[in-house]
Amino acid sequence: MSPTDCSELVDMDHAATTALCDESIAAMEPFLMGTDLTGRGRGRYGNPSGSHALARDAVRALDEAREQVATVLGCEPGEVVFTSGGTEADNHAVTGGMPPRRGTPVCSAVEHPAVLRPTQALGGATVAVDRFGRVDLTALAETVRTIGDGHTGGSYTGGSYTGGSYTENSRAPGVSVVSVMTANNELGTINDISAVAEVVRRHAPGVPLHTDAVQAAPWLDLRSVACEADLVSVSAHKLGGPKGTGALVVRRPHTLAPLLHGGGQERDRRGGTHNVAGIVGFAAALIAAARRRPVSVERIGALRDSLAQRLVALDGVTETIDRRKAPTLPGHCHLLVRGVVGEELLLLLEQRGVCASAASSCASGAIGASHVLEAIGVVDPDVAPVRLTLGADSTPAEVDRAVETFTVSLDRVRSLSRRGAVGGAR
Amino acid sequence: MRVLAALSGGVDSSVAAAILLDEGHEVVGATMKLWGGESDTGCCSVSDVEDARRSAAQLGMDHHVFNYTDEFEHHVVAPYVADHAAGRTPNPCVECNRHLKFDVLLQRADLLGFDAVATGHHARVVRVEDGSLRIGRGADTTKDQSYVLHPLIGESLARVMFPIGHLTKGRVREIAAERGLRTAAKPDSQDVCFITRADGRESFLAERIELHPGTVVDSEGSRVGSVTAVELVTVGQRRGLNLAGGDDRRFATRVDVANRTVTVGPREDLNTEVLELEAVATAVSLGAGAEVMVQTSAHGSARPASVTHWDPSRSQLGLRWAEPTTRVAEGQSVVLYGAHGDDVDLVLAGGLATGGSV
Repeated sequence: MSPTDCSELVDMDHAATTALCDESIAAMEPFLMGTDLTGRGRGRYGNPSGSHALARDAVRALDEAREQVATVLGCEPGEVVFTSGGTEADNHAVTGGMPPRRGTPVCSAVEHPAVLRPTQALGGATVAVDRFGRVDLTALAETVRTIGDGHTGGSYTGGSYTGGSYTENSRAPGVSVVSVMTANNELGTINDISAVAEVVRRHAPGVPLHTDAVQAAPWLDLRSVACEADLVSVSAHKLGGPKGTGALVVRRPHTLAPLLHGGGQERDRRGGTHNVAGIVGFAAALIAAARRRPVSVERIGALRDSLAQRLVALDGVTETIDRRKAPTLPGHCHLLVRGVVGEELLLLLEQRGVCASAASSCASGAIGASHVLEAIGVVDPDVAPVRLTLGADSTPAEVDRAVETFTVSLDRVRSLSRRGAVGGAR
Repeated sequence: MRVLAALSGGVDSSVAAAILLDEGHEVVGATMKLWGGESDTGCCSVSDVEDARRSAAQLGMDHHVFNYTDEFEHHVVAPYVADHAAGRTPNPCVECNRHLKFDVLLQRADLLGFDAVATGHHARVVRVEDGSLRIGRGADTTKDQSYVLHPLIGESLARVMFPIGHLTKGRVREIAAERGLRTAAKPDSQDVCFITRADGRESFLAERIELHPGTVVDSEGSRVGSVTAVELVTVGQRRGLNLAGGDDRRFATRVDVANRTVTVGPREDLNTEVLELEAVATAVSLGAGAEVMVQTSAHGSARPASVTHWDPSRSQLGLRWAEPTTRVAEGQSVVLYGAHGDDVDLVLAGGLATGGSV
């Protein structure tokens, strides 16, 4: 554990983030350096909100990127709102902007905190999931019916909000939005968004359905799996694009007030000067990921199967999700390891050059308890969760090294770690 | 050596790590996340972790955050609350050192292949003539922390380092400033890290146990005042007893939580000639008549006493003060230091004051 030599690390945490792909770098380069219209070699740096030649140059790039993103996500270019990433997109979708929609937001119990926290902040409801982490459709129908279908959401009409005030929000009747993630970030479990949409249509017609597709986007074709969601969140850095950019799809006829009020960018849905280079890099990464997807899904799925199969052969190691019963993303391998402190196993893996995750960290960087595991009923203090996630460029040699390292580390942590009096994994 | 440096985010531990690096050790920093829960406020807050992480980066070493919130709750916070509920005076810093820094952290250091754990305590590890190791007072007597480290006895001391124990606090801050560490001017931490100054002990305890109003009586049993929470009164306390006419010349001499009664009396009523200890651990053999220096609070001065009896099988020890002295609250840590020769300023033993010392 000397200061880490990153060149020797095996990344088994691609679900956290992944490297920029070549296509993304190439697409961004002209916007960061090189020839510009002033001849100074500072890149295409124009602000797309202006009207002169420099601005129009940036607008063209933005328009192209928006079309590319729309093509991959299966929506109209005008339905794409560029954001600073998944968290902003999720917050925007759940709140409906600032001021928030009237009514009560509803989400599944295993949502990312970017959905869960704003839902809770608005006094919303969470819906139980099955033991694989998929939303319970019966419970969802029940919750939505109970809250009532009197959707009275205010609408934003170009500057004057016609809905209720923030403080009235919790008293307003009806469901304001239903949010169910396409695939869970910790477990990799995939929801049937079409079935969720059917429940919303039947029990809360007119209420927007949001899906956080941040984790799913690298692996699933959102044109089909998320086509029935009205609002879709995507983040660039999970699929080979840069950090700090993403998008929220807002399908017509749904509208949103801006979350960030400002200069009226993004058709008055998101203020703030565009991150042009980031958006261009995001679009290029999306296109590249979509092109590679048929091959990478098969290849990485097989690698993951091999990884999981070899790890569950170890004593006291099981897969958290029975993948024969519930489909998961191809890169996800979520394990429960008996009789170890999870933090210690991860430290030993890192010491031997393998970066994995417990999938739940708090702001200080320490590993905390997982609301996802709690929701699927995994509360045994004697098992520790470990998440290994492969990326599109993961190799068989890396999987071999992960398996070897895991085996050795597990032996060591079991032989040396006296389990604390408090007991167990966190 | 490979050393795991516990970094609190304060100036002492960051300078301790710097000194180890200067001495040529391979050092990795670790911050123990002990408290804060979801909100990450108070002690071990995100900003303390950030200070630790930035100091580690400035010094060019790797840094980890270890989550020990369950262990801290179990070994430190829960006993702290239980002690108050029973009318005893707890020592959370002692328990944290005993169970967290020098037990679970030391174990993890072993697991990860480190030779030693270093902290920024103002104390020293001293090898005495017979070859054994003892905790000694830090060079800065005003900052000495040997009292809260007294449970460290025996072999584990061989794997413990206190790199700033020979320095004054002023010199520690100078070193931090010389190296441009962001912790150089950071204020010293508070006594009980998990209780914020804003909310205080009462609201902390009120969330966890039922606090009961109590009657204040004099030595004859006549009611002379009242307190809002008998669990919060400590023997020797003078303020906050709400005595008639604002009388503040009387002290709490007895706290009876079960009967919700606090007895007060003049200072003389607090005086005693003897002190009985339980849960005693000794670094040396202590026969009856042995002369020692005895410290009864983290920042108090040591006073002379002699051992009256020592029963290792029951971990009980009796002391007689050289001069009558104020009674020690039940549950308070009591640490014995050497009185003569090479033993001066070395921890010989430590234990807890019992209620039966009147």
